[in-house]
Amino acid sequence: MILKVNGIEFSYPSRPVLQGVRFQVNRGEFFAILGNNGAGKSTLLKCLNRILKPTSGAVYIGERDIFSLRQREVARQVGYVAQRQERPRMTVFDAVLLGRRPHMKWSLTSADTRAARQALQLLELEDYAMRFLDELSGGELQKVVLARAIAQEPEVLLLDEPTSNLDLKNQVEVLQLVRRIAREKNIAVIVVIHDLNLALRYADRFLLLKDGTVFALGGREIMTPANISAVYGLPVEVVWLGKQPVVVPVEEGEKSAPVAAGR
Amino acid sequence: MKWVKNLMKSRKESLPAGYREYTQRKVAVIILLVVLSCFLAVYAINAGSAGLSSREVLLTLLGKGEERWRMIVWNIRLPRVLAALVAGMALSLAGCVMQNILRNPLASSFTLGISQGAAFGAALAILLLGAGSTGSTAADAVIINSPYLVSFSAFLGAMASMTVVLALAARRDVSPEAMVLGGVALGSLFSAATVILQYFAQDVQVAAMVFWTFGDVGRASWRELTLMAVTTGVAFLYFFFNRWNYNALDGGEETARGLGVEVEKVRLFGMLLASFISAVVVSFLGIIGFIGLVGPHISRRLIGSDHRFLLPSAAVMGGFLLLAADTFGRTVMAPVVLPVGAVTSFMGAPLFLYLLLRGYRR
Repeated sequence: MILKVNGIEFSYPSRPVLQGVRFQVNRGEFFAILGNNGAGKSTLLKCLNRILKPTSGAVYIGERDIFSLRQREVARQVGYVAQRQERPRMTVFDAVLLGRRPHMKWSLTSADTRAARQALQLLELEDYAMRFLDELSGGELQKVVLARAIAQEPEVLLLDEPTSNLDLKNQVEVLQLVRRIAREKNIAVIVVIHDLNLALRYADRFLLLKDGTVFALGGREIMTPANISAVYGLPVEVVWLGKQPVVVPVEEGEKSAPVAAGR
Repeated sequence: MKWVKNLMKSRKESLPAGYREYTQRKVAVIILLVVLSCFLAVYAINAGSAGLSSREVLLTLLGKGEERWRMIVWNIRLPRVLAALVAGMALSLAGCVMQNILRNPLASSFTLGISQGAAFGAALAILLLGAGSTGSTAADAVIINSPYLVSFSAFLGAMASMTVVLALAARRDVSPEAMVLGGVALGSLFSAATVILQYFAQDVQVAAMVFWTFGDVGRASWRELTLMAVTTGVAFLYFFFNRWNYNALDGGEETARGLGVEVEKVRLFGMLLASFISAVVVSFLGIIGFIGLVGPHISRRLIGSDHRFLLPSAAVMGGFLLLAADTFGRTVMAPVVLPVGAVTSFMGAPLFLYLLLRGYRR
């Protein structure tokens, strides 16, 4: 267990967002946070590296409560990729080097540049090192910010909708990579994601968030039609395509016709 | 020394191809700017009615010139040239940091109302405290009796303006656009207050108030120059120490937090220091507009938005531009000396328009 979330509550002045959320994530695990729009997924993610401060509850990385640490100390252990990315006029290499900021003192060391290069290698972005951010496609940019978070050498990686702006190929590539990183570097990866099918395909465990509370928590077994329907507020079926479960929404009046897909 | 070599080697190996050349080009641009500024400085000391040659200027600077050259160079020309360089650096640096922090290319001490606050403070001192009156010398028609009192009052005015801006900056729900609009409102509020003071002032006082607002780098003595140089130097070190934080902020606020930047702190202290050095310059020299916009903007064009290089380059560029503007103002209609504030606004305003037309991006 590397990350432990202990009953956090969060509210905006107008309304409460999170209530009594608790879960744990292990090293090497790909953990998906799911829920409808406005359920508080992104808010929850931002509470995990103190971008937001919950009104009560605690978040532990290892043994330490992140709210007793400085922002920089948190950033040494937790990497974060925001949902929206800016594109300043900056080379890819410099953008990835920025991931070393929590480790830097007055200036860069060769350890910093080495870590940045290794991150670029891992994401097969070496040829892009001298390109500028504002010249990249959405998929390329997503990989660059992922490389930045990896150069940060975190123990926990938080990704907010990493696939929302990507085409099918890039979605698959990015999530494959993320899973590989989780395994190879033995770090916990926590992903907020809308696409249930991608989540089912790549994540090890799931947290279904409904109205700011944990509706269900566990492995694939919790991804039942009943749970998903309850969380998203529309009837669904889970069908199997070979070994891959697929969530299909059912429109009202439509006769359910479970397709026995597969070979 | 062997370990240095090894370190250099391992550093080199860990950099991607072309990266060293890329950064060296930026350093070269900065060095070139420094060299150009040095040449311009010698030319500026040289330019004027005393008829010194460049060689004589250099000799005098090295302490080998004649006595009368020494008087002109050390007491009049050199402080003026250095004041232009230091003030330009301060204003440009302040603009550069404000633009990053407020995420708005139009932020500067001039657009945020800090200069107008200073002008109001100066006018108040001249009216109420009798700090200004006319006199007649060969050089200027207007004399300000107690320049330190005026400067101090101007500084308080700038600080008042700055406090409002900082209070806005500290609020999360105030957008960058709203902040610049707030600055514009503040600027016109202080301008209006200055006009009201002028309305009630006697004509000699009005003359002194108007005269004060013409930014003029010739006002600085060695003592003021030292004060400006020290505050600017300290501010530069602080800004440079935060260069990676500013780069992180360019990636968006949440990304910056994720990279360990304490965003509120970086913003507040950055705004505080940037406003402070502008206030110091403006209260000694009067209003000098647009250097804080033009300096950083041209530097971004030349060097990119990486603050490791942008900060030094914006500083040097600001110094260079202000010195060029002052030298131009001194020579174009010689022996009449145009106030440098007018010259900078003259060259800054078209650029401001150009920025707007281009659909600005930082």
